[in-house]
Amino acid sequence: MNIIPLFIAIPLGVAFVLALMGKAKEIACDLVANGATFCLTVLSLVLLALIKDNQVLVYIMGKWLPPKGINLVLDGLSILMLIVVNTIAFFATLYSVSYMKRFTAKHRFYSLFMLMLAGMNGVVLTGDFFNLFVFLEIASIASYALVAFGVEAEELEASFKYMVMGSVASILILFSVGLLYGLTGSLNMADIGSIIQGKKNLLLSFSLVLFLAGFGLKAAIIPFHAWLPDAHPSAPAPISAMLSGVLIKALGVYTITRVFFNVFGMTLQLSWTLMILGVISMIGGGLLAIRQSDFKRLLAYSSISQIGYIMIGLGCGNYWGLLGALFHLFNHASFKALLFLNSGAVEYSTGTRKLKEMGGLSKVMPVTGTTSTIGSLSISGIPPFNGFWSKLFIIIGLVQAGHFVLTVLTILVSVLTLAYYLRVQRYAFFGTLKEKWAQIKEVPTPMCISMIVLAIICIGTGILFYPLMKAVFEPAVTVLQEGTKYSALILGG
Amino acid sequence: MSPLKQKEKGMTNIVKIVAKFVSPPIVLFGIYMVLHGHLTPGGGFPGGVIVASAFILLILAFGREMASQKLKLSTASTLESIGALIFLSLALIGIAAGGWFFFNFLPKGEPLRILSAGFIPLANIGIGLKVSGGIFAVFVTLIMFRITTGKGGR
Amino acid sequence: MVFFLSFVIFLIGLYCVITKKNLLKIVMGIVIMEYAVNFFLVLLGYRKAGVAPIVVEGARKANFVDPLPQAMVLTAIVISIATLAFIVAMCIRIYEKYHTFDVTEIRRLKG
Repeated sequence: MNIIPLFIAIPLGVAFVLALMGKAKEIACDLVANGATFCLTVLSLVLLALIKDNQVLVYIMGKWLPPKGINLVLDGLSILMLIVVNTIAFFATLYSVSYMKRFTAKHRFYSLFMLMLAGMNGVVLTGDFFNLFVFLEIASIASYALVAFGVEAEELEASFKYMVMGSVASILILFSVGLLYGLTGSLNMADIGSIIQGKKNLLLSFSLVLFLAGFGLKAAIIPFHAWLPDAHPSAPAPISAMLSGVLIKALGVYTITRVFFNVFGMTLQLSWTLMILGVISMIGGGLLAIRQSDFKRLLAYSSISQIGYIMIGLGCGNYWGLLGALFHLFNHASFKALLFLNSGAVEYSTGTRKLKEMGGLSKVMPVTGTTSTIGSLSISGIPPFNGFWSKLFIIIGLVQAGHFVLTVLTILVSVLTLAYYLRVQRYAFFGTLKEKWAQIKEVPTPMCISMIVLAIICIGTGILFYPLMKAVFEPAVTVLQEGTKYSALILGG
Repeated sequence: MSPLKQKEKGMTNIVKIVAKFVSPPIVLFGIYMVLHGHLTPGGGFPGGVIVASAFILLILAFGREMASQKLKLSTASTLESIGALIFLSLALIGIAAGGWFFFNFLPKGEPLRILSAGFIPLANIGIGLKVSGGIFAVFVTLIMFRITTGKGGR
Repeated sequence: MVFFLSFVIFLIGLYCVITKKNLLKIVMGIVIMEYAVNFFLVLLGYRKAGVAPIVVEGARKANFVDPLPQAMVLTAIVISIATLAFIVAMCIRIYEKYHTFDVTEIRRLKG
């Protein structure tokens, strides 16, 4: 039980220790940071083995009982998010051992990275609204600093845009938390859930809309997406992988899910809202991605599109829809992180991100080329990779609920995804090798290891999805389907 | 004296002498506010800001060059990290002593005395160190930018 | 209807962020929005004929205003200090690179 606060305490402690270690050798900082993320990954898998049978663990901080005290809640959905966040963080820190050699002040990079990780772990674990806001802010501020890490002009502009929109989102969320406190007198999620059940109040709907706007801005759903195509390409590659693969899901999708399913309760209007927003994001992201000529910008628009898929699955609400959405969350984290790490490897070797300038790179960079092909096929939904299963489940869920127009649109956007990823592969990796790229070598070993292991996860999850489904995703779906009974589980036990 | 030379040396003599006299009591007031956080309004955050503002007053009065020898950025950074580590270790000792994170393990004396309320005074000290170091480091970093934008002496 | 007033101040801040062209005025808009939200939170704690929630000798059971929103506002103010410091540092760096504070000219990322 005492493992649970370690997910917040270890990254925070390591962040401040790394800030003190400015004069130490570089290899010491690398070892400390990678050791910490490896520890967290192992701990999250240990937690998965420890809890069984849809058990909900409630950790009470400082022995002050809820609803007055703050509690940390570990249920199926939190375990899924913890595994995703910590695993991708470990691969990102492993990758940045060699990628960040070009930047100075690597210990500051790791320190900010650990703060962002602590914030994300806190958001996923907490059971209290104001605590959620504080951890959300910690993670957001650390990510604003990380986007602007190499201080070029374009990175600063992107970070400024991201900061302004992120601050507006946080203020909206705080407004909504305050409104909920004024209406119910408590800040605990389970307590609020039990008080507002069945009540219809104009202020409650207003609070819900503010939450949708605030968390939707963090999750980059269209119409709140304008910061993402600038911020994700400008960040260094391991940070892009973390931002696109994990941060928008832990801060955006997870919080929307937790607040809408467990606290407010899903209604028909809410499901339709999520589905419409999902469809618009999916189509908009896909169409805007086709005409991009910058590798990372295309990947950023593709992220918007895939988050749209997750929203449609969540809005659908039946078993297959929810299972598909959560599985797609896991899958998207792994293959989008892999693709961003690939683009970072290409940038490390060739120094460019423009697709028209690359060509035939898989002859000189075999690892990057192969893993990139695996990632592109996974995200397009080709069997037997993992993207196929998650998109299939979402489509099954939509058909079962009777939304045939949405099903056709989903399948069309899936074909569109395949189209633009094949275009990327043709321009960047296949085709004739330009003379100026004939001398470049493959990237150093830590970067290769991260990419290879992520590619193995993509293939492995695709083949072994059935045991994974039973162990990890079913408890998460059960949590969402129980909905507002969450509050009785927390307060009762 | 040419105006350029006078600008580099800080403000006039009256401001310098008064700042030298006034800043130790300001630091003392800040420390008082930090330590009495569980009895009176205040605590770590406002107390830390007041302590930092005493040092900022010294920089404003004496100019950047003189102050950068005595009040270094690296000391502030180190203090900040140490403050955060004190707070985190208090929370972790709670696990060892009482079995729960953030458990209040020191004895809670009678209320309204300074040595009551468990570890809250120690936590306030940690927060006070962190906030004062942090705000001072932010200020010094922001004014250091003026050196590098040398175009036209803005 | 004092809560409605805090929402009006929030909208004024939002107007600043959306329409102003100077970087620093956008930052001021964010600061105004944060003030509006803190103001709203503190007002939530008001009780009729309440006194400040400080426990002194002999006044244990007086009619206190709610201290929980005050603790929330303290934390929110500290978070907004950190955000403000960071945004201002970003503005200074942007001025170094682009030599202007005008948002319509800082548009290298398009498409």
